Amino acid sequence: MDLFEYQARDLFEKHGVPVLAGRIADTPEEAEAAAKAIGGTVVVKAQVKTGGRGKAGGVKVAHSPAEAREKAEAILGLDIKGHVVKRVMIAQGASIDKEFYFSVLLDRSNRTFLALCSVEGGMEIEQLAVERPEALAKIPVSAVHGIDKAKAVEIATAAKFPSELIAAVSDVFVKLYDVFKKEDATLVEVNPLVLTTGGEIVALDGKVTFDDNAEFRHEREEMERDQLDPLEAKAKEMDLNYVKLDGEVGIIGNGAGLVMSTLDVVAYAGERHGNVKPANFLDIGGGASAEVMAAGLDVILNDPQVRSVFVNVFGGITACDAVANGIVGALNTLGARAGKPLVVRLDGNNVEEGRRILSEFNHPLVTLADTMDGGADKAALLANK
Amino acid sequence: MAIYLDKNSKIIVQGMTGAEGMKHTTRMLAGGSNIVGGVNPRKAGESVDISGKSLPVFGTVKEAMAATGANVSVIFVPPAFAKAAIIEAIDAEIALAVAITEGIPVHDSAEAWAYNVEKGKKTRLIGPNCPGIISPEQSNAGITPSNIAGKGPIGLVSKSGTLTYQMMFELRDIGFSTAIGIGGDPVIGTTHIDALEAFQNDPETKAIVLIGEIGGDSEEKAADYISKHVTKPVVAYVAGFTAPEGKTMGHAGAIVSGSAGTAQAKKEAFEAVGVKVGKTPSETAALMREIIAKL
Repeated sequence: MDLFEYQARDLFEKHGVPVLAGRIADTPEEAEAAAKAIGGTVVVKAQVKTGGRGKAGGVKVAHSPAEAREKAEAILGLDIKGHVVKRVMIAQGASIDKEFYFSVLLDRSNRTFLALCSVEGGMEIEQLAVERPEALAKIPVSAVHGIDKAKAVEIATAAKFPSELIAAVSDVFVKLYDVFKKEDATLVEVNPLVLTTGGEIVALDGKVTFDDNAEFRHEREEMERDQLDPLEAKAKEMDLNYVKLDGEVGIIGNGAGLVMSTLDVVAYAGERHGNVKPANFLDIGGGASAEVMAAGLDVILNDPQVRSVFVNVFGGITACDAVANGIVGALNTLGARAGKPLVVRLDGNNVEEGRRILSEFNHPLVTLADTMDGGADKAALLANK
Repeated sequence: MAIYLDKNSKIIVQGMTGAEGMKHTTRMLAGGSNIVGGVNPRKAGESVDISGKSLPVFGTVKEAMAATGANVSVIFVPPAFAKAAIIEAIDAEIALAVAITEGIPVHDSAEAWAYNVEKGKKTRLIGPNCPGIISPEQSNAGITPSNIAGKGPIGLVSKSGTLTYQMMFELRDIGFSTAIGIGGDPVIGTTHIDALEAFQNDPETKAIVLIGEIGGDSEEKAADYISKHVTKPVVAYVAGFTAPEGKTMGHAGAIVSGSAGTAQAKKEAFEAVGVKVGKTPSETAALMREIIAKL
């Protein structure tokens, strides 16, 4: 899960990282009140998860509460690279002397953590890495030892911070690693980290990505509520692994790899049938019980864009007869709500018995397919009717 | 032969007494694996009867190894305790640890991996979040159904469990030396490259199927490795061409971030080094058939 800037700001504050005052506002009125509470010059910042907000007119300075209200009015509803602004953060204004960059992240490629740091902050880090790679320090961080004070000094030194700032910034690095470790983040980025004219080091803008696998040891329901598509939220409630996509063929399968592969095969088939596309990713896992199948079908059939459904299951741990019984049970449970054609491809353990069960069930909306490619083609054809 | 696992492998199961551990220990035994015991500190000294075999339960991996000569551990411990279980296996210096558990926080797997590196990598870790490894008709350490395919000349390495099953099923008349599911997490113990190296050195393996998916750069690195070190024929399959940017597709590691980790880039990396890439699993199997027919 990626956090909004205001969520990252609050998280930084919780872990003692220096930040400026910031309040969220969903309406111009709230923005005015927030600016009044903070006092002085404020910055009105669009809360969207994409870069280039400033250029798109999503960040504006306001010198009075009335002006904050005006700026918020202009920013709310703005479309920034396909993200519509629903919320702004009113942040305390800062007088900036210098801008720096710091991040700590999971480096998959090297199976370790990595700190990136530069005294040239403010610009997009990808751009800096390409244009001036010598200005970006890359220091591997051990997942066993983390960033302690000594490591933080090593990072600050490698990034060529002036010696009088090293103590202050390395303190902040240790705290940011604390955020990374204790919050189970895969990315903590501060850009810019600033030195104010008053000599303070402050994290002015932050980006945090959480590891979804670590949800069980954190309380994050509230943060999450802002994040999901309604169908995704419903699927999550039912513990289903679902991602909403923009297409017409609903997909259910078992195992992440097989489901991804099914989406691809359906997209290829769609090229022959009016360019229909997969409507979703849904992995019902190895178990594939009747209950899970029913819950999955329910979510998919609730998607108004879906015109046909392709169920693609390889019976490995769960045999095909159990999967077939799951489908029968699901269709019986759903009754009239199951109003879209279903193409089912089963292979693997007990496939003959599985197919026999579905043939005997003889549901008018269910078509059996012999192969994955054939099933995908049939489902795409039906979605294009 | 086969890689990493063969008929002489003696297997213990960490988490054997839990529901998943029990179910899959039963299946592994039925498939002919030599399971010699389990580990659960709360049930040390007891024994568990599974399919007519009495399996001793030990308090630690180390004790289990001393008592049984085990050289493989399969880990079914729940996510919250998996890091400790993997580290225990590493401390015991068991030759092979197969972590099946799905949903381990990446900080935990990164820490376990860093720990293994510090200890000199005496343990080969497979997974986590994987189906494990099977050398058909010899041994099975994990949850791959034992009866999909028999012994044969193909080596298979895959990020995905069900695609492993699917590919074994498609090529079941030819058979496999070893099929290894390396897992779909961002940090895993055994990589595509590790398996390629082992298959290249295994005289029984004549050709290799590599299955990858979106996320990370394991496939790109594998392509580079193949061009330099692998003389056996390789065909590849990559899943996730239609995956949108920034969305995790089931596997924790299956995510396209910005322009990194796309299926297209992986396919191009393979094709650039002369590795044919199937458009679908069936087409990939057909490519492998052509290769086997020419051997």
